[in-house]
Amino acid sequence: MEGERRPLLEVRNIVKRFGGLVAVNRVSMEVYPGEVVGLLGDNGAGKSTLIKVISGVYRPDEGQIFFEGREVRITSPMDAIRLGIETIYQDLALAENLNVYSNIFLGREKLKKLFNLIPVLDHEYMMQESKKVLDRLGIEIPSLRNKIKTLSGGQRQSVAISRSIYWNAKLLIMDEPTAALGVTEQRKVLNLVKTLSAQGVAIIIISHQLYDVFQVAHRLVVLRRGEKVGERLTHETNPDEIVSLIVGAELVEGGQRG
Amino acid sequence: MSRTQVIARVGRNWVILFLFLLCVIFSFTGRGFLSLKTLNNILLTSSPALLLAAGETFVIITGGIDLSVGFVRGLISVISAIVIRDLYALGYSPYFAIFCGIVVGVLLGFLPGLVNGILVARFRVPPFIATLGMYGIANGLALRYSKGFPITFLPDEVGEIGNGFFFYLLPGRLFTVFEKPLGLTEAEARNLVGIVPYATVIAFALLFVFGFVLSKTQFGQHIYAIGGNIDAARRAGIPVEKHLIRVYVISSLFAAFSGVLSTLIFSIGTHTQFAASLELFAIAAVVIGGASLMGGKGNILGTALGVFVLSVLEVGFLMSGILPFYRYIAVGAILVFAVVIDQLFPEIVYD
Amino acid sequence: MERVMGGQKEWLYRLGRAWVAFFLLGEIVVFSIIGTGFFSARNFQNILVAATTILLLAAGETFVIITGGIDLSVGFVMGLACVVSAKIMVMLQAASVSQGLSILLGCASALLFGLLPGLVNGALVAKLRVPPFIATFGMYGVAYGLSEILCNNVPISGLPPLVGFIGNGYLLYYLPGKALTFFSPPQGIGRADIRAMIPLFPNVFVFSIIAVAIFGFILARTQFGQHIYAIGGNIDAARRAGIPVEKHLIRVYMISSFFAAMGGVMYTLRFVTGRADAGAARMLDSVVAVVIGGASLYGGTGSMVGSIIGTLIIAMLETGMVNLGLPTYNKYVYVGIILVLAVLVDQFFPEFVRKGE
Repeated sequence: MEGERRPLLEVRNIVKRFGGLVAVNRVSMEVYPGEVVGLLGDNGAGKSTLIKVISGVYRPDEGQIFFEGREVRITSPMDAIRLGIETIYQDLALAENLNVYSNIFLGREKLKKLFNLIPVLDHEYMMQESKKVLDRLGIEIPSLRNKIKTLSGGQRQSVAISRSIYWNAKLLIMDEPTAALGVTEQRKVLNLVKTLSAQGVAIIIISHQLYDVFQVAHRLVVLRRGEKVGERLTHETNPDEIVSLIVGAELVEGGQRG
Repeated sequence: MSRTQVIARVGRNWVILFLFLLCVIFSFTGRGFLSLKTLNNILLTSSPALLLAAGETFVIITGGIDLSVGFVRGLISVISAIVIRDLYALGYSPYFAIFCGIVVGVLLGFLPGLVNGILVARFRVPPFIATLGMYGIANGLALRYSKGFPITFLPDEVGEIGNGFFFYLLPGRLFTVFEKPLGLTEAEARNLVGIVPYATVIAFALLFVFGFVLSKTQFGQHIYAIGGNIDAARRAGIPVEKHLIRVYVISSLFAAFSGVLSTLIFSIGTHTQFAASLELFAIAAVVIGGASLMGGKGNILGTALGVFVLSVLEVGFLMSGILPFYRYIAVGAILVFAVVIDQLFPEIVYD
Repeated sequence: MERVMGGQKEWLYRLGRAWVAFFLLGEIVVFSIIGTGFFSARNFQNILVAATTILLLAAGETFVIITGGIDLSVGFVMGLACVVSAKIMVMLQAASVSQGLSILLGCASALLFGLLPGLVNGALVAKLRVPPFIATFGMYGVAYGLSEILCNNVPISGLPPLVGFIGNGYLLYYLPGKALTFFSPPQGIGRADIRAMIPLFPNVFVFSIIAVAIFGFILARTQFGQHIYAIGGNIDAARRAGIPVEKHLIRVYMISSFFAAMGGVMYTLRFVTGRADAGAARMLDSVVAVVIGGASLYGGTGSMVGSIIGTLIIAMLETGMVNLGLPTYNKYVYVGIILVLAVLVDQFFPEFVRKGE
């Protein structure tokens, strides 16, 4: 799938330090349109720091970021969103007291003029548009007038994802999307990831659940102690190899030799 | 509609039922409760409270609280009364004096809210503290300007405006618009019924405008979002700080409206220490009307119903010959009851 | 990534954390210099007596605020206890019970009765999950209504004369070079001697400070106290750690209303009357004292010493301004400003991080 196509996102030699600690050390990776990349690593391996650099929360100390072939400087989350990089954090950033379509349009509400004068919320439009995007992604939610607090964890996840897609996310970064979900819901979210990928959205997925990542990712990038220690195409590797990369080869090899 | 939906809807709207029930009970226990005069009385006396509670609604929806409104109201009432009194004493026409009093009062009403809002939004001072600080400051200033006494000697026109009605009805004989009919006998004057007090109309108009802002506009929607999840609102690019400042300004502006209106209704500028419980009753009305102190819920209509529950209770107790102190007990109980009901009944879910 | 303070700035942070103590000191110095007769044993004792109401309410409020709650009912629970104690004393006296016993029973039953509002508040907050603001505001109304009904809207009078003797008396009376007596002035002294006599340790203050000290100890040194901080810091973590959160919360609200009741009883002793509005104006003062003393309304921080200092700052301001002949309404303005400043200072001086033991 990579072939001669141009990567959507490319990071080169990213370094991020906190005081004396090097959280990310000269990491490079790229993501192609429609590709799902699994970002793996133990706690403290630097995954979160890396995605926070990409999504504009942190500024890198060294290195370059290219998006759609052009070098970009991402200095704030708003910069990232403007480029089309959306991050779905574990807390989902939804207003639970508002309904589904209001959350999809949160902060970017569609307005209409009442008596050609007073701008008011255009509920009908927001509802229809939201319906369209949910249908396109095959997401089922009984009614878009339901408040988020009445939805299940998986449904909430879907709403958060739909919001990014509606606002033209080209690259979606998902932090532990299945962590807090039941089995059925996990499957639904993974199916959604596949649907998105088929529609050309690139996805970086961080997860501790190797099984999930193997199901949806095309390529896996493994970090350990801030460095990139491996990169494999999913169909050319297996969970054992990835685990040994994650925890450090010498440990597992030691065990095997014994 | 499914059964759970019906239950949820009834639970969400219990306050309407409750208000209705109160009226039914009081019409049996209270002599002459069910009359136009009582209705006017309830409407008139609840007007300042309506305004106070309407402003508080905005703040509570953001998850904040404004403890300063009671004393800001007192401060503005005192200041507007002083302006009216002094200008009138200087020989200006009473209407000009009243106009200036209203304008000065409303303009000054921006200030406390601006300070509260900046403290909350920019300096991250908890709303309870920021507005409690303003509570002290407004109290002190009001006492200073009033020297602890009501401001009196206002022109008679003040009361005429504050207590005026759109229509006057002398049952079976007369019906006038705006003007009280002249040349009535004492008995006739007692039977004269005013319909639709000005003060209520002013209060309702303001409530309608801000109710519209809250429920229909982007600003209103953002306020709910801030109360629901302030981080999500921030990440969605909503100008949270700016909105919060606006919300506290709205709250103290409404307190100012309320202060000006009470000056007009009672023809005196009052600031009493007892104003301290006004903001608590306003908060009670907002919560009875369905808002949560955690933020994210509430609306102006609910708040208005909450205020009416409190004033129907007050008037009804009075007319039923129940000691006024029982009202405090009743309010306390209803308040707790409101929150418990809110937790017991499920959220409305659409299919 | 722990924040490490530069050694140079350590003193600055310590100063920032302890600024209230310095503020109090500053207040004393300023009033002593510009006021007349401010710096005297008699005046300081007056301040302590005047401070007892806020002190007691604030002591109870400290517990509640540390759990992340608030108790708005303390002012009127105080009024209720004040009315109840006065009423019982009057009734017992009418039934020709001895003065001492009437007073003792009046005080004791008011204190016991004072546990009830706290029980209800605590049960509402802990069991029914009613927000503390609402639950205690409900009690605010109920307590006020009840006490006005109990006293028919008229302050209760006709209490045993001994009440005022206790409430305005001192533990020690010292006549320099001549006599030292407990509880009552030396017998048979002249007018000049009365003027020279120094009464020490006002009774109401002594009663109050003993209760405050006991509960200060409980808060700072016992497991219960530790658990209260844990609940305020992270209630879920506390629950998961097996701390009986509900039970503790109920206890905390009972402590708060016990202190409020004690405030009411002290009021009865001092002013020899039972008033429903005895503590009405003091509820928010007590919250202010606790917050100035370093507690956060978000819970988890605060201490009894801090609350005492906060109380003294307010009481000192009140008495100092009266002493200077300034109108008292300015006090409200200053207290408001100090309150906001307290929170701002707290935010600008982050938690002190030790670099190692």
